[in-house]
Amino acid sequence: MSELVATQLQNGLTCSLPSDSPLAKLLKSQRTWVGPDAKTRLNILRAAKSVAIVGASPNPARSSYFVGTYLLQSSNYRVYFVNPNADEILGHKAYPDLASLPEVPDIVDVFRKASDIPSVIDDVLASGARTVWVQLGIWNEEAARYGEEQGLTVVMDRCIKVEHARFHGGLNLFGFDTGQISSKKQLV
Amino acid sequence: MADREYGFRTRAIHAGNIPDSATGARALPIYQSTAFVFDDTSDAAARFALQKYGNIYSRLANPTVASFEERVASLEGGLGAVATASGLSAQYITFASLVGSGDHIVASANLYGGSITQLDVTLRRFGVETTFVQSANAEDYAAAITDETKLIFAETIANPSGEIADIEALADVAHAHGIPLVIDSTIATPYLNRPIEWGADIVTHSATKFLGGHGTTLGGVVVESGRFDWHTDKFPLFGQKVPSYGGLEWTGNFGEYAFLTRLRAEQLRDIGPALSATAAATLAQGVETLSYRMQAHVDNARIVATWLQQDPRIEAVYWAGLDSHPHHARAEKYLPKGAGSVFSFVVKGGRAVGQKLIESVNLASHVANIGDTKTLIIHPASTTHAQLTEQQLLDAGVLPGVVRLSVGIEDADDIIYDLDQALAQAVEA
Repeated sequence: MSELVATQLQNGLTCSLPSDSPLAKLLKSQRTWVGPDAKTRLNILRAAKSVAIVGASPNPARSSYFVGTYLLQSSNYRVYFVNPNADEILGHKAYPDLASLPEVPDIVDVFRKASDIPSVIDDVLASGARTVWVQLGIWNEEAARYGEEQGLTVVMDRCIKVEHARFHGGLNLFGFDTGQISSKKQLV
Repeated sequence: MADREYGFRTRAIHAGNIPDSATGARALPIYQSTAFVFDDTSDAAARFALQKYGNIYSRLANPTVASFEERVASLEGGLGAVATASGLSAQYITFASLVGSGDHIVASANLYGGSITQLDVTLRRFGVETTFVQSANAEDYAAAITDETKLIFAETIANPSGEIADIEALADVAHAHGIPLVIDSTIATPYLNRPIEWGADIVTHSATKFLGGHGTTLGGVVVESGRFDWHTDKFPLFGQKVPSYGGLEWTGNFGEYAFLTRLRAEQLRDIGPALSATAAATLAQGVETLSYRMQAHVDNARIVATWLQQDPRIEAVYWAGLDSHPHHARAEKYLPKGAGSVFSFVVKGGRAVGQKLIESVNLASHVANIGDTKTLIIHPASTTHAQLTEQQLLDAGVLPGVVRLSVGIEDADDIIYDLDQALAQAVEA
């Protein structure tokens, strides 16, 4: 019997699989940092009232613009855009940094390259925010551990739009497996 | 720290069917609507630009169809799924998304006849070349790969030869060349084998067959793993700006969701083989009992295949669950619950006796289909595979005397009684 490894399934769930199983080898179970499981991510999203997007772009083709559009139109969050080189994004004021926001955001959502994440985490800590959410496709394991050591909740390599839509309806409309099973009405 | 991963039977019933927030309907509602209203113009623009999720028009997405898609994706262990009007259109949109003129496909020679002609005639006419590999060995697939090859395509269980694809080895070959492995798993269904767990990147189904299970409804589905790196020189479209969607880039904007988002937003949009809501509801209901039906199918297949093999009127039985089949070891590896319930056999006396057998059955139905609750029987060489040349028939393992059986879930004794009396008539004649 081989040891069990925490494995992130494609449907967003985190499960234990034998480390020598074909599936564990195919999935990203060689990663030694495993972020919050689906239930915890749902709780993070349900508890939050405000989200700041660091690295937000005014370019409608960029994924940060997609996330901004989604959060503004499909969630109840107060959304703030952080970009020192922009004045306005999606009709909202763009702030130069986290310190300039009118409130401490519950979640800081990050669109910056992996090597920038440690300095973003320092900015998050300085701002007083408690959760840093590093977007899909960005991976810096050392930075994630550093953030956790400093007391932050860290989500990484996940899209906040996908995860919000996983739990609140939306992702399912395009045929994706949300991993969500419930006999209760869909959360809105 | 772990989430509850519900079991296969639970997901077959519940995946994709959270009661909607408006009505709380417990059964899957049939959203028989072509179009869906927008909240306002900015909502419409955001949906059209794929910046948010939402229904637009049922050729692209429909809530009932989406429920079926999520259910199949969950059972296959995929990231998501795109449903289509038929299994052939599921294959077609997959190929259309990955190949263009000058590109090349490496496929098994043992495919269903319609899949062979889709590749050999229609796609070849569009400038896509396919090499059909007559061997079941992964190294022979590797030898057929060229610089232009964009994918490998095979069936989990080939029909009617009963050959089993060496999925793990084929995936290694494909990935060593930077291309995906596409597996049609119509005959296996995720109850018997989940190709994504063995390394396949894309799984296609004719949902018409065992997924729906009752022989009432046409449908197809494409499932993708979300693991393949599409953003390479082999697939430049994933990294280029898409003018029809405001200059987004599929991989840049959607990451691992790129393939399925593009398949829906481009191939369903441009080619149009959408599954209807009523069809999706019928298929989704069929999937609820998939585990129970498939177990009954393979249990009956084992009884019938064993009986046929022992009957002196039968020359050969090609069911990989029998230890006489060349792929018996593969069947034990990939299909431990059973090697499917579609297989073929040869009656002594050749084609004429086989045809008389088919005309003499009273319970088995003489139809061009598989994967019904009912036992089905046919002579492939003159029907389902008739579009193939003599050589293609031989390559596909369809000998002139072969009779194909899709063993249903009636009482096994009755299936055998029917075959026995029909064989008696056929041999007498």
